[in-house]
Amino acid sequence: MEWITQPWPWYVAGPIIGLTVPALLILGNKTFGISSSLRHICAACIPAGIPFFTYNWKKEIWNLLFVLGTAIGGFIAMNFLANPDTIVISEATQADLAALGITDFTDLMPSDIFSWETVFSAKGLLFFVIGGFLVGFGTRYAGGCTSGHAIMGISSLQWPSLVATIFFMIGGFLMTHVLMGPLMKWVGF
Amino acid sequence: MSNVIEKKNQAMDEHGAAPNLREDHDRGLELLKYLIIGVIFGIVFVKAEIISWFRIQEMFRLQSFHMYGVIGSAVVTGMISVQLIKRLNIKTIHGEKILIPDKVFKKGQIIGGFIFGLGWAITGACPGPLFAQIGSGYTVVLVTLISALAGTWVYGKFADKLPN
Repeated sequence: MEWITQPWPWYVAGPIIGLTVPALLILGNKTFGISSSLRHICAACIPAGIPFFTYNWKKEIWNLLFVLGTAIGGFIAMNFLANPDTIVISEATQADLAALGITDFTDLMPSDIFSWETVFSAKGLLFFVIGGFLVGFGTRYAGGCTSGHAIMGISSLQWPSLVATIFFMIGGFLMTHVLMGPLMKWVGF
Repeated sequence: MSNVIEKKNQAMDEHGAAPNLREDHDRGLELLKYLIIGVIFGIVFVKAEIISWFRIQEMFRLQSFHMYGVIGSAVVTGMISVQLIKRLNIKTIHGEKILIPDKVFKKGQIIGGFIFGLGWAITGACPGPLFAQIGSGYTVVLVTLISALAGTWVYGKFADKLPN
């Protein structure tokens, strides 16, 4: 049973995630994609007469149940299957992040950033408000995220999804290697 | 005018959310199957530490193979599955033909993809892990989720004015 509490290797996690694609297709002819849930929540709560949000979101309720399940899965894993040991982060990454001002390397998320104390500060503005906005705006503009494009799209051999995935990576590399340092300094790290 | 926009949105939907294009057999309790798949998905996200901000940093810094292994093996598994479905003409459990809508290329995949990439590196999360992070007790990520909803809404508001 020890394998359950240990972190799962990529060759276990990746194939299970990949199997979500045929599972959704066979169980209900649904294409895997998570960022759509954000659109459906907008359509359900604040459509404001905008054509992009004017559709029968109730027919997409499966997608909302899926992300609700994802949150419940997170709860189960964290409360009943959690790894008792400290997370193992690559030493090179620890050194790079320490140079940027991160001090806590003991948990899945650094408490230097992910705590309610930082919400109403410049750090919170960058990591939650701006970061979240870019994720929501960018995924919808791109028509999908890692699940819809990188996994579902490439799996079904759709070249536009490969293009999207390449630009996800370009954006991520640019942020990590060029912009993150100055931005973190600016917000007080 | 609104008719034109609606048509345009419908075209976009064919490779996006695909609202209202499918027959739906799922009623009531049958919808729970999606919740269950979501639960499995969420457990894997936490157990393989995909929700970790550190793992995303390692990935973009090319200092660990883990995330490349996860995404790569997920794509290979998905690809084999889709090929099997197509070649063996596998039907859904309701006996329907399985439809995979074609994704149409548009500029959004470049511009929007790039913008999402910037956000992915900051938040350490794509939309899936956001939900799993909140469920695992990182409640502050609710703020990120609300901001992501705001971003989605602003995109929807200006969708017809953006280059596409």
